[in-house]
Amino acid sequence: MQVPAQFRYEKASSVEHALTLLDRFGAESRVVAGGHSLIPMMKLRLAQPEALIDINDLDELATISVEQSTLCIGALVRHTDLLSSALVGEHFPIFADAERVIADPVVRNRGTVGGSLCQADPSEDLSAAFAAVRGEAVIQSADGVRTVPVREFFVGPYQTVVEPGELLVQLRVPIRSSASAYLKVERRAGDWAVAAAGAELRLADGVLAETGIGLTALGAPNFHASEAEDFLTGGPATDERFAEAGRIAARHCNPIADQRGPEAYKRHLAATLVDRVLRVARTRWNGLHPEEEAR
Amino acid sequence: MTAVEQPETPLGHGNMRRKEDARFIRGRGTYVDDVTLPGMLHGAVLRSPYAHARIVSIDTSAAQAHPKVRAVITGETLAGLNLAWMPTLSHDVQAVLATDKVRFQGQEVAFVVAEDRYSARDALELIDVDYEALPPVIDARQALAEDAPVIRDDLEGRTDNHIFDWESGDAAATDDVFASAEVVAAQDMLYPRVHPAPLETCGAVADMDAVTGKLTVWTTTQAPHAHRTIYALVAGLPEHKIRIISPDIGGGFGNKVGIYPGYVCAVVGSIVTGKPVKWVEDRSENLMSTSFARDYHMHGEIAATKDGRILGLRVNVLADHGAFNGTAQPTKFPAGFFGVFTGSYDLEAAHCSVTGVYTNKAPGGVAYACSFRITEAVYLVERLVDVLAFDLGMDPAELRMKNLLRPEQFPYRSKTGWEYDSGDYPTALRAALDLADYPALRAEQALKRERGEQMGIGVAFFTEAVGAGPRKHMDILGLGMADGAELRVHPTGKAVLRLSCQTQGQGHETTFAQIVGEELGISPDDIDVVHGDTDQTPFGLGTYGSRSTPVSGAAAAVVARKVRERARIVASAMLEVSADDLEWEKGRWFVRGDVEAGRTIQEIALAAHSDLELPEGVEGHLDATCVYNPPNLTYPFGAYVCVVDVDADTGQVTVRRFVAVDDCGVRINPMIVEGQVHGGLADGVGMALMQVMAFDEDGNHLGGSFMDYLLPTSMECPSWELGETVTPSPHHPIGAKGIGESATVGSPAAVVNAVVDALRPFGVRHADMPLTPAAVWSAAQGTPLRTDLAIT
Amino acid sequence: MIMEVTVTVNGHAYTRTIEPRLLLTHFLRDELGLTGTHWGCDTSNCGTCVVWLDDVPVKSCTVLAVMADGRQVRTVEGLEGADGLDPVQQGFVACHGLQCGFCTPGMLMTARWLIDHNPAPSEGDIREAISGQLCRCTGYENIVRSVRWAAEHEAGVREHTVEEAGTEVQA
Repeated sequence: MQVPAQFRYEKASSVEHALTLLDRFGAESRVVAGGHSLIPMMKLRLAQPEALIDINDLDELATISVEQSTLCIGALVRHTDLLSSALVGEHFPIFADAERVIADPVVRNRGTVGGSLCQADPSEDLSAAFAAVRGEAVIQSADGVRTVPVREFFVGPYQTVVEPGELLVQLRVPIRSSASAYLKVERRAGDWAVAAAGAELRLADGVLAETGIGLTALGAPNFHASEAEDFLTGGPATDERFAEAGRIAARHCNPIADQRGPEAYKRHLAATLVDRVLRVARTRWNGLHPEEEAR
Repeated sequence: MTAVEQPETPLGHGNMRRKEDARFIRGRGTYVDDVTLPGMLHGAVLRSPYAHARIVSIDTSAAQAHPKVRAVITGETLAGLNLAWMPTLSHDVQAVLATDKVRFQGQEVAFVVAEDRYSARDALELIDVDYEALPPVIDARQALAEDAPVIRDDLEGRTDNHIFDWESGDAAATDDVFASAEVVAAQDMLYPRVHPAPLETCGAVADMDAVTGKLTVWTTTQAPHAHRTIYALVAGLPEHKIRIISPDIGGGFGNKVGIYPGYVCAVVGSIVTGKPVKWVEDRSENLMSTSFARDYHMHGEIAATKDGRILGLRVNVLADHGAFNGTAQPTKFPAGFFGVFTGSYDLEAAHCSVTGVYTNKAPGGVAYACSFRITEAVYLVERLVDVLAFDLGMDPAELRMKNLLRPEQFPYRSKTGWEYDSGDYPTALRAALDLADYPALRAEQALKRERGEQMGIGVAFFTEAVGAGPRKHMDILGLGMADGAELRVHPTGKAVLRLSCQTQGQGHETTFAQIVGEELGISPDDIDVVHGDTDQTPFGLGTYGSRSTPVSGAAAAVVARKVRERARIVASAMLEVSADDLEWEKGRWFVRGDVEAGRTIQEIALAAHSDLELPEGVEGHLDATCVYNPPNLTYPFGAYVCVVDVDADTGQVTVRRFVAVDDCGVRINPMIVEGQVHGGLADGVGMALMQVMAFDEDGNHLGGSFMDYLLPTSMECPSWELGETVTPSPHHPIGAKGIGESATVGSPAAVVNAVVDALRPFGVRHADMPLTPAAVWSAAQGTPLRTDLAIT
Repeated sequence: MIMEVTVTVNGHAYTRTIEPRLLLTHFLRDELGLTGTHWGCDTSNCGTCVVWLDDVPVKSCTVLAVMADGRQVRTVEGLEGADGLDPVQQGFVACHGLQCGFCTPGMLMTARWLIDHNPAPSEGDIREAISGQLCRCTGYENIVRSVRWAAEHEAGVREHTVEEAGTEVQA
């Protein structure tokens, strides 16, 4: 079996302690929570941090709550808890849709929401889901707390705005009347996405007052399809416009050919999945608002 | 389907819980990595990052200086011991540790022995190898090009990458049939490179006792006796001083037939350090360096009349054997049993030619429950029959029914010279179609097509040839493929059966006890099966090619019958009657015409060990040995129906139903037979839909972990629906034929046929495996061949 | 760097001095000799290493042993109690839910957890629960049946030997 190289191990007892440790060990240290992205990379020796800072004991980061009409998801919340949270499911079913197809149930018992976002894998499902609902990332350091929109959180593949000495502590999503959904094409249960799309929408007076479209594994800038969103917002939620939004999203993403398929196929999936996921979200909206049913 | 309680152990054949389960459900199995010896050291292999490169230099000094490293072994070390190269199972040689060049990515370059497994891994990073990269040959279709780099320049006089040409059948007669045929359909198809990927990787614990000179190797082997002989030949060690122990094996499927360099390195490591050395490969090493399977580029043609009578088959194959010819099959069969490609059909002529080539990929080729390449043969013919049905506009089930061999044609000599022992093919196909309710499926499909939904129904029929094999035709490295068995009945009537073959999950400890139990009327609970230890068991060739029941199972029955005859003589002495006047009922000899006057096998066993006076020339005790040399192969067969739903817009395939009717002759333990079928069907879904070992143009392996080499999970497998027919083998002592590989052989074609059938509205006539979402979508767009696998 | 950890495994507290990089799988197998927990890949895909960490199934090849310091671990060796075999163990025997036995410990641990949280799991529930654990022998069919058997026999008598557990096969 592949095994990690040697490292120093520190267990953080509080967020403040974690930040102290991050300061002490600097850029060569890594935060570990579920470890399901980091430890395999360490076994392959693609990652060889000098120190690991274990934040698994930071219970204060493991809660899901509503504060001032904002859904607050701690960075240490396990995937399985996000999946099973009634609170999250009530407001943003997109997360349950996405979590149901992330890895497998046993991995979901251990892997964390914050870990997934910080890994910044170009195929990460939660990145697209949070981008779709316009979530915010709360990042803490010894200097204080800063909040970054998830749509500005990613700098590039496997790169985020989290600096050495900083810790992602929470994800926040403003609660509003909306409907959301997530669809993924995978080669097999538990595999990373061939392509996936998430959608969030709100209708007012028969037109889309708000539209969010998240994309993953498709090379979409910051995991969302802004041109398709712009096209939709302000107009009716019709099949024809959803299909056109899919085509726009397909034109503006930048998928790369790999073992999961050629570029043309992935672009086709972008169009298909955006169209389909918008329809699912619309169906959910209609279920919540039968009095003003969209077409 | 209803559950049936069967708490009683049958007195022989029948459903029975497995004896081996008691340890496995408690986590008390002993697999190779569970073996720990006092003072044991740990080995790790350094592997080549290049597919083809010359080794300029290897600097091991930093690794040697690591405080926990006990030895670093390179090809140079081995060359000094004349162990740098070892024979393969196909009369080629393979580098144990590379000396001149590396010839595939993942090839073994150096071996570190350290005090613990983590330190051994650390030390690998301290070895500095200077490589000079060479252009690789990755696409088998380029291997014979004029300007192709010569991979095997280690072989004297070698100027190209050609390994062999082999043919079977009558070329002229086949050409005649094709020239006059009303219809000819042709299709290129690739059976891609796949890997058996048992969950336990390969490994060994080698312990050379410097005082006694005895080498003991606990190792993942499906063929312990063959391994012992090969170690003797490789290392020059006396064979009686080698003991191979194959403990519990976490799945084999053909992956654990050959000898891998890591095993030899562990042995050398033990000799060099004087300590036991454990080496267990990681998953990437397993996938990248051990026996792959398939990799057959096939061009098939089928000739028929307009009304669908199949007349002939003509096939050309380009076989990618990797960098060393290490295929494991009987010597006279370089393409394995691909010669049975005429399948289950009555035709006039057939011919195939196979060309084997070297490429810069791992060696192997015959592995993965393939019955020596019958997977490839069945896939070819079953795809061609569907292609013919497509061209003729005929129903594929009807076309098969029209052409299947008829029961009265058995024993049937095929056009390529194989003698099929027994079969009733139409009954099996009808049973499968009935179980699936085929007409209702076709009606549902028609309705769905009107709605624009894609549903596919795939039919496949297969004939296997297993139980290798008759000694006059079949050997591996000169070792004839007969199996020994020894049976000893203890004074109290309990027994021990010693076998040469080795279970990897097939339940031999149960099934073989049942075979003896059936013959002697002793409860299988009272029969211990000993296997997997060359010091404790008679010689035999091992478990692969579905040969355990056909060969060792026959040996077990024959040796039990020998004991039964010995018991008859003892009973005649006990009853003071002539042996000719005794009759057998299960577990007991009695006097003909006087049922009350008899002796049980237990009473006879005690008497055989007592002071009872036996007839002149009859030895005491109750035991026997035998060597079973099969007179012919056995020919299991079956009919499969697969139903899929396809989302043509995303390319996603859902296997909704899978019906499998298998005929493996007499079933010793039906529960175990069905379990074996289940596993093979999952293999078929895996190979058809997701499993593939792909490479980029530089020879980088793109499937080197379970993240990229996808195996089916519980979510992709439907609830299997099984049926059976029973056509006993006429030449096997108990009429059994073997079942271990049937489903793996037969199911890929059924799944692919179903997906292609679903895509019929798109004009799709063929699509290459694996039918991933991208491949299905591409097929619907008019690109059915997997050119991306071959890297053109 | 070496550290002292105390991990409670199947109710027994074990204190060992280890490197922080030691994986929980290796801690169980090499330090404690509990070899029922297997490993089959390096990427947390195969699930042969599943154990419970504080009552939740995890893949122990992707957990550091130091992370289990002060915590509870339950392995396959902890399934059988003084009152006999666990129903999931009996179910796998009765329904032929194992062949080579390599995936079995991980499957048993997940099955036990599933039934604890869902006393009457459907076929779909079971397939979902084991979807991150590969089996190369059974095609999953008999594993699903075994788990259902266990759920149905949860209240039944705990057998002490498998010989007393009946064979249950589909006719």
